[in-house]
Amino acid sequence: MSDLWPRIEPLLARVEKPARYIGMEQGSVRPQHEAGRVAFLLIYPDTYEIGLPNQGLQILYEILNERPDAVAERAYSPWTDMESSMRRAGLPLFSVDTHRAARDFDVLAFNLSAELVYTNLLNLVDLSGVAVRNEDRSPADPIVIAGGHCAYNPEPLAEYVDAFVIGDGEEVVSEIADVVGAWKRGGRASREAVLRELATIPGVYVPSMYQVDYDGQHIAEVRPRFADVPAVVDKRTVADLAEWPYPKHQLVPLVEVVHDRLNVEIFRGCTRGCRFCQAGMITRPVRERPEEQVRTMVREGLARTGYDEVALTSLSSADFSGIDGVVADLVNNQVGTGQVSVSLPSLRVDAFSVKIATEIQKVRRTGLTFAPEAGSWRLRQVINKLILEEDLYSAVDAAYSQGWRRVKLYFLTGLPTEMDDDTLGIAALAKNVVDIGRKYTKQASCTVSVGGFVPKPHTPFQWFGQNSVDELSRKISLLRTATKGTKAQVKWHDPSATFAEGIVSRGDRRIGRVIEAVWRAGGTFQEWSEHFSLDRWVDAMHAQGLDPDWYVTRHRNHDEVLPWDHIAAGLHHDFLWQDWQSALAEHGLPDCRWTPCYDCGVCTDYALEHVVASPLAPAGGSQGTGQDLTAGAGIPVRFLGKHEAVSGGGAEANSQARRAAAAGVSPAAASGPV
Amino acid sequence: MKGGAHNPVRLRYTKRGKVRWISHRDVARALERAFRITKLPLAFTEGFSPRPKVSFGLALSTGHESEAEYLDLVFADEVELEALSVSLTDALPDGIAVTGAVPLAERAPALQEAVTAVVWHVEPTRADGTPIDASELGQHVDRALQLPALPTSRRRKGRDVEEDVLPVIRRCDLRTTNPVSLEMELTTQPRSAKPGDVLAGIVRATDLPGGLIEARVLRTHQWIERDGTRLEPLNADTRPRALEARAS
Repeated sequence: MSDLWPRIEPLLARVEKPARYIGMEQGSVRPQHEAGRVAFLLIYPDTYEIGLPNQGLQILYEILNERPDAVAERAYSPWTDMESSMRRAGLPLFSVDTHRAARDFDVLAFNLSAELVYTNLLNLVDLSGVAVRNEDRSPADPIVIAGGHCAYNPEPLAEYVDAFVIGDGEEVVSEIADVVGAWKRGGRASREAVLRELATIPGVYVPSMYQVDYDGQHIAEVRPRFADVPAVVDKRTVADLAEWPYPKHQLVPLVEVVHDRLNVEIFRGCTRGCRFCQAGMITRPVRERPEEQVRTMVREGLARTGYDEVALTSLSSADFSGIDGVVADLVNNQVGTGQVSVSLPSLRVDAFSVKIATEIQKVRRTGLTFAPEAGSWRLRQVINKLILEEDLYSAVDAAYSQGWRRVKLYFLTGLPTEMDDDTLGIAALAKNVVDIGRKYTKQASCTVSVGGFVPKPHTPFQWFGQNSVDELSRKISLLRTATKGTKAQVKWHDPSATFAEGIVSRGDRRIGRVIEAVWRAGGTFQEWSEHFSLDRWVDAMHAQGLDPDWYVTRHRNHDEVLPWDHIAAGLHHDFLWQDWQSALAEHGLPDCRWTPCYDCGVCTDYALEHVVASPLAPAGGSQGTGQDLTAGAGIPVRFLGKHEAVSGGGAEANSQARRAAAAGVSPAAASGPV
Repeated sequence: MKGGAHNPVRLRYTKRGKVRWISHRDVARALERAFRITKLPLAFTEGFSPRPKVSFGLALSTGHESEAEYLDLVFADEVELEALSVSLTDALPDGIAVTGAVPLAERAPALQEAVTAVVWHVEPTRADGTPIDASELGQHVDRALQLPALPTSRRRKGRDVEEDVLPVIRRCDLRTTNPVSLEMELTTQPRSAKPGDVLAGIVRATDLPGGLIEARVLRTHQWIERDGTRLEPLNADTRPRALEARAS
């Protein structure tokens, strides 16, 4: 029953990229399964190339395998060709480590880093031979768990996932292993009993322990069914990254994957306060890894893996205290690593960042990417991405003058209060960027990449009605027209996919049946444009009697019970609402790691604090350098007027969060149009 | 040598087991990582993006195994070749093992041009994966080899072209192993063909019912034939050990 390899191998000659299914990565283990050891199958519900680099999954893999009473293996979504072969041959989902059937594990633990992978989760549970709905599972079935950023709104999967982990997994995974291990050794009596016990672990949410009452379309109340089940589930936070130097043995795949390099997480959390960015809101506070530990992890990691590239990952790596020194020592071989290239996945828009980039890229300077996110200073204050135009231009000037020829600018469209002037502002910025480049090289070009904005739970924009497909398409074509005949090239994300993401992003329990219907209609790999169709989603909504616009484009009001209100990221409701009002008033908010606390709630409620080596903001540029944030905000803006101007609209995951997540957590789909 | 030590070496390595499912390119990347892990003093090309001086022999198809893959590389310093095989093997994925290393002569002909024939151990099954009887297979192979030509359809540069594989086949011997196998010696120059092409040619010319596919393919030898002699690449174009000593 254990090793399915002899049945898997004959299928491999006829599938794309067969090495996706062989495992054998350096750093992987072949754990010994025993009756007394609780077995976790850690699953990334997308392809191997997208999922393998996921640092969260690798961290848990190591922590669990270090325990004498636990084992962990990994699985990924087989591509559609392999899945059909497997289903034809009667083969279930298997681990890549020892090619063991998924059902032989006690826990199927999924990483959720994007909403559009939810149909893959259902598909994988089904491919495991396990009932997709919680209520249909027996004590013999594995416990289905999910974590990752999307778990902060668990409700759409509430009927499909037995338990969710909210927040950092390093500590809580062991507490889960204790509970499930005891259950296993005790003969796996009652499923209800083990779930109830899991529900008492801080940071674990067991949806079946909660009753949702509705008042018409709206949620009236979400309440625990038992007295020992908490009314609100608080996120878990690792206070000190220095205690968790994981992964210690990063997996080195034999095939090319995204982020195919050594990845060292230099800090977790971000308090830049970009209001669209869920990652920045839910991972507070900032916790830097000690510089010396970063150097050690880089040195040892490179020596062990043989990689010649390292990424220093975080949500905004140029903000790491002393980043310039670390980078300089790395590229000048002062860390004892030999020739390595360094990448910083998210650069700030300022000359300081270009200086670091220049240090990293000594030769062949081709493309550099910045993310101003919005086309006007006004709108950048709304979203709290406080980049002055002169910052962008000085960064771009520095880049072109240092030999770069292509600049890529990331923008979101469909942001709150966005008007056509803001959209046209994107074109104007791009044109100016090209003009600056022309001073240095005739080859200067600028690519503008536009993603539709999807409001995310636990952010100040969680109340905002997303732009409709039509409105986003209109803005994109406005931008395309405005850039015609210029050297700026526009790329955009499919507004239909943005809309589908919007359905799930702020969905409630009723959306679960929609996800199930999309999956049953064949809608897997929804992050992949060749497999995506919005019709499936809209049809499924209508079949369930649900109105897509009610979920996606509707503005929420202050008193509405939001589906994730019983999940806490530590951000006070009042803070988020106040920040939403500040956004509408075009007021920026400084970064609290260098300026006084404005009490968002996280540090005070959870007795946490920033772990930052330097008390000073990094030099250069406006982002977080103590500039006068009221500049340009002199014109009061009325809430309603602005709102009417932008009603409608729809978008995709905000590009920043997506790219940030890609740094360590969730690579975006490789085949999307952007 | 001018500009410091220049120490060309030829390696032989295997690709066996699960790792057969990685591509030729993946093997190259695994080797590059192994060179860095073992901190071997590879020589690099000059220029803006220095690349290690490594040149691969004939590509091996994804899914095929081999006991005889070859690689030429240049070290910038003297290297203890016995120890090198062990340390590289340790740094490589399971199934890829360095089984020989010899000092190579200056300006030795490149492997891809020098190798003229390869030997394959092929285990065929019917197209549906069911086994084929040895005597039936033997009859079809014998018949096919008697024919004046074995046309097959091959994909070249994105187009299907008709090619005769018969001239490529030096021999194709039935082996009554379990499962039954064929030992094929195929030329690589002036024309080459893969074992699967040969099987397809046999099936088409002799109307073999149920077709044939390669369940397992193992490259057992590569040969450099020159001036009427046949040499294993580790024995061709080697550099005398004395010269090696002088180079240091």
